[in-house]
Amino acid sequence: MTGSLPRRVLSYLGLAVVAGYCLAPFYWMAVSAFRRPQDQFDNSIVPARWSWENFHAVFSGDNGFGRALLNSLVVAGCTTVLTLLIGTFTAYALARLDFRFKNAVLGLIVATTMFPGISQLVPLLKLFTDIEWINTYQAMVLPSLGFALPLSVWLLTAFFRQLPYELEQAAMVDGCTRGQAFRKIIIPLAAPGVFTTAILTFIAAWNEFLIALSMVNKKEMQTATVAISKFTGVSGFDQPFGTQMAAGVIVTVPLIAVVLVFQRRIVAGLTAGGVK
Amino acid sequence: MRRIPPIGAPRNTGPLVTGPLVTGTVVCAALALSLSACGGDDGGGSKGGAGTASLTGRGPITFVTGKDRSGYLQKQLDGWNADHPQEKVRVIELPDEPNDQRQQMIQNATTRSDAYTVLNLDVVWTAEFAANRWLTPLPKDKIDLAKMLPATVTTGQYRGNLYAVPSTSDAGMLYYRKDLLAKAGISAPPKTYAEMWADCDKVKKLPQGKGVDCFFTEVNKTESVTISAVEAIGSAGGSIVGPDGKPTLNTPQAKQGLEFLVNAKKDGRMPKEAVTLDTEGGRRYFQSGKLLFQRQWPYQYALADKDDGSSKVAGEFAVAQLPGPNGPGVANLGGHNLAISAFAKNKATALDFIRYLTGEQSQRANLLATSQAPTLASLYDDPEMTKRFPYLPVLKQAITNARPRPVAVKYGDVTAAIQGDVYDAVTGKKTVDQALTDLQGKLGPLTAQ
Amino acid sequence: MTTTYDGTPSAADTAAADGARPRRRDVQGTKRLAALLLSPTLLVLALVIGYPVLAGFRESLYARGEGLDANGFVVQGERFVGLDNYTAIFHGDRGDAFWNAFGNTTFFTVTTVVLETVIGVAMALIMQQAFRGRGFVRASILVPWAIPTAISGLLWRWIFQADGAANAVLRHQVLWTADGFQAKMAVVIAEVWKTSPFIGLLVLAGLQMIPRDVYEAARVDGAGPVQQFWRITLPLVKPALLVAVLFRMLDVLRMFDLPAVLIGVNQKSVETLTMIAWFEASNLRYGSAAAYATILFLYIALIAYLFVKLLGADIIGEARQHTKRPRRNRPVKGKRKKVTA
Repeated sequence: MTGSLPRRVLSYLGLAVVAGYCLAPFYWMAVSAFRRPQDQFDNSIVPARWSWENFHAVFSGDNGFGRALLNSLVVAGCTTVLTLLIGTFTAYALARLDFRFKNAVLGLIVATTMFPGISQLVPLLKLFTDIEWINTYQAMVLPSLGFALPLSVWLLTAFFRQLPYELEQAAMVDGCTRGQAFRKIIIPLAAPGVFTTAILTFIAAWNEFLIALSMVNKKEMQTATVAISKFTGVSGFDQPFGTQMAAGVIVTVPLIAVVLVFQRRIVAGLTAGGVK
Repeated sequence: MRRIPPIGAPRNTGPLVTGPLVTGTVVCAALALSLSACGGDDGGGSKGGAGTASLTGRGPITFVTGKDRSGYLQKQLDGWNADHPQEKVRVIELPDEPNDQRQQMIQNATTRSDAYTVLNLDVVWTAEFAANRWLTPLPKDKIDLAKMLPATVTTGQYRGNLYAVPSTSDAGMLYYRKDLLAKAGISAPPKTYAEMWADCDKVKKLPQGKGVDCFFTEVNKTESVTISAVEAIGSAGGSIVGPDGKPTLNTPQAKQGLEFLVNAKKDGRMPKEAVTLDTEGGRRYFQSGKLLFQRQWPYQYALADKDDGSSKVAGEFAVAQLPGPNGPGVANLGGHNLAISAFAKNKATALDFIRYLTGEQSQRANLLATSQAPTLASLYDDPEMTKRFPYLPVLKQAITNARPRPVAVKYGDVTAAIQGDVYDAVTGKKTVDQALTDLQGKLGPLTAQ
Repeated sequence: MTTTYDGTPSAADTAAADGARPRRRDVQGTKRLAALLLSPTLLVLALVIGYPVLAGFRESLYARGEGLDANGFVVQGERFVGLDNYTAIFHGDRGDAFWNAFGNTTFFTVTTVVLETVIGVAMALIMQQAFRGRGFVRASILVPWAIPTAISGLLWRWIFQADGAANAVLRHQVLWTADGFQAKMAVVIAEVWKTSPFIGLLVLAGLQMIPRDVYEAARVDGAGPVQQFWRITLPLVKPALLVAVLFRMLDVLRMFDLPAVLIGVNQKSVETLTMIAWFEASNLRYGSAAAYATILFLYIALIAYLFVKLLGADIIGEARQHTKRPRRNRPVKGKRKKVTA
């Protein structure tokens, strides 16, 4: 896209509008986090006095927030890896293989996302209590996997289908097996889609709260969202708004930073490896 | 604690080719297994037997509570654990939100798990938890209830049996701006609504009284409006649910009480935004200097008195009993009680631990560290305490005369019904008569049984 | 009939000799491969969703905890009540509450999904245009989606407070969080902000997968930007867009957290069907809660079915083509598969 000067100006203006729309409330969150607790309820656009106090409070002694971040990373990371692995297999079958009941399978998979999450909680809790999975990672990973799979399968299926079948056929003629053709041709070409699916899965698992809260009663195993829900003010009534906002910044910014770094390398790298 | 190797998730979210994915999966599985091995031993998920009245068994227990605010709880536990190496207590922290706390405790009870031993219950949950047999009945003779404020002890009982021991209490008080009253030549806080409005009219005529609203009590559609209704109707001499457990909203007292809330909003005695202000919103409003009289909990006292710039009324306010239509009104009772889960092990240890946490030494230390209202009467008259917490005498009287919220097994439904109709009356969607008739009709089936 | 044949390891050798059998073996192999590839997903879903849903459905036919005994204890045990939990939903006050929540749920779904789609597609197109700074903007549109709902709910509650930022910007006091129409608006604004990036990201991914030469060809043919959008861009990203919109619909039909944190539970103007189910469950009426969940499921399934029927030819229609007319439609493909199987 070469583009004339006015067109480039226009597109940058567009980018600025998009960034502003997405970041303005986030800016408010960050600014609130940087206010001193006693200025918490100011409406000034820039804090009158900057302070790290809220951030210190997030990591203060008995919150165990560092460990909670690590737990979130493990749970969300495992969920993402497993979802992509299992989801890619399933999506490949749905996009490329001929078999009966394909519609039924697609329908069944999407139907599992039509129940309110709270209705799954008590039966799962009973089950995991019986098999002694309370306070384990798998008690959080497995439900998250179940919540993430339908979207991932449908998305990957749509993305795979978007690519012409002829590409694989050509590779298979050249002597690739079905699996090789898929891995070497389709995955690199579908990289933007697969990567986006990974991001969405990771975020969904990272932000999961209800299951993580119910399946774990040990502080060392709790995830970041659960830890945040336990932040308190100085009494039972005052809400630690500044601390919660600071925690929100802390759980969001690394995620964005990782995406920023990874998207160039991975998407660029994988796309380069594919068919140009 | 075993260190977690820096592997797994972050590196593997990116690479999408199958090789690394498989590696990632293996790593994940290994990680999950190795960490659960170090986490699952005493986590307690196995089933315990249904509770009986016998408090037997000694050994490690857990204490289930919303997060401690002062950092002091762990010290109290360390003290206990040092003296009881065989009967150590581990804290299970629940979310800050009371609804979430209740939900976690109920989930634990419905799965009959023995993970929770001692429960820190809100006073309004006692009936529901006791009636569902989720709590172990406690022997009254083994706990020194006589030293506690009688109103608080009532909240731990259901049908005459003791299920929970009061550990902290709470009651509403009238915060007022003593500087503004003094400028208007008023020497004492109001005892009746009429006096309160008259005082407010005087203050509003002062130059400093411009932009100051008269009164605020919470009327947003949460538990708070139930509390406001209990206080307003109780102050008029009525009640929402009578001693026989039947609703009593068809009385002139109930009408007078609800009319106070409705008129205070309608006549502009309350701020315009009253229906959106929660407890913290009310505190901010008072601290910004825009409020003359306010019904609020004791926690606000220390916060509004801070001279770090967050409060414009530091040193300018005092507290008194809530006013009523014909004399002092009544407050509503809050607070927390300690109970033993019916499905727990080591109940003898649990009882000792409850006695330890509700004993004089612990309560005194807790008051000093957290300023939560104690349940022991003696602490309210202790000169050292009253010097530090000047509101204690007022609070003691408020708790002594306080009314509980309706005692109901289906408390969640009862309070939702109250919230709906009182809110509709306050916002003018229903007349007072209509709201009371509707509410009487709804509470009938909910409290019958 | 083919069972004996398929199991043998020497099948591949004999297959070459026999002209009729390889195809059958291929079909069988495809079936097996499909079953193998599908089973992990179906297994996980059966365990995590299927089992709880069946348990919930059973629960919805029972009632428990009705009434107290003489000592004030809740009567233990459960009682089969058939469809009573379902019929009770539509009667009296509860019927009014149900239809109110049904209306709110539908209102939220229609308004937020339409707004999200328009804003999300616009976002994706803008990001696709620019070639510098795209990475940064692409990361920044993730921000609303990445903030945990509970926290963004708090953030918006704070923004919408009587003395909050929204009113400061508007210079006019709107009581956003009071029960009423403005509370609905507050929820819609916060929800659209949070979720349009979801659609934006997926559409962008779809856009990035469109080969450049398709556009080149169109330009050579003299198609303008608008024509290119309708004739090329939209049809090609349609599968991804439809999946994104479908899953947004499924999500918003089950909306719970955001209105609960932003406005509160039991608020008539924002109460959704999931919130009623939550209220029933939190007051120990699990049977009734499960009945609400089942009714909500039926409603969502109906909407999803209509959506796929009306718009989703690309999602499922092609699958049907694949299964029903494989050989007639793609004879070449059938042959090639045999070669490489």
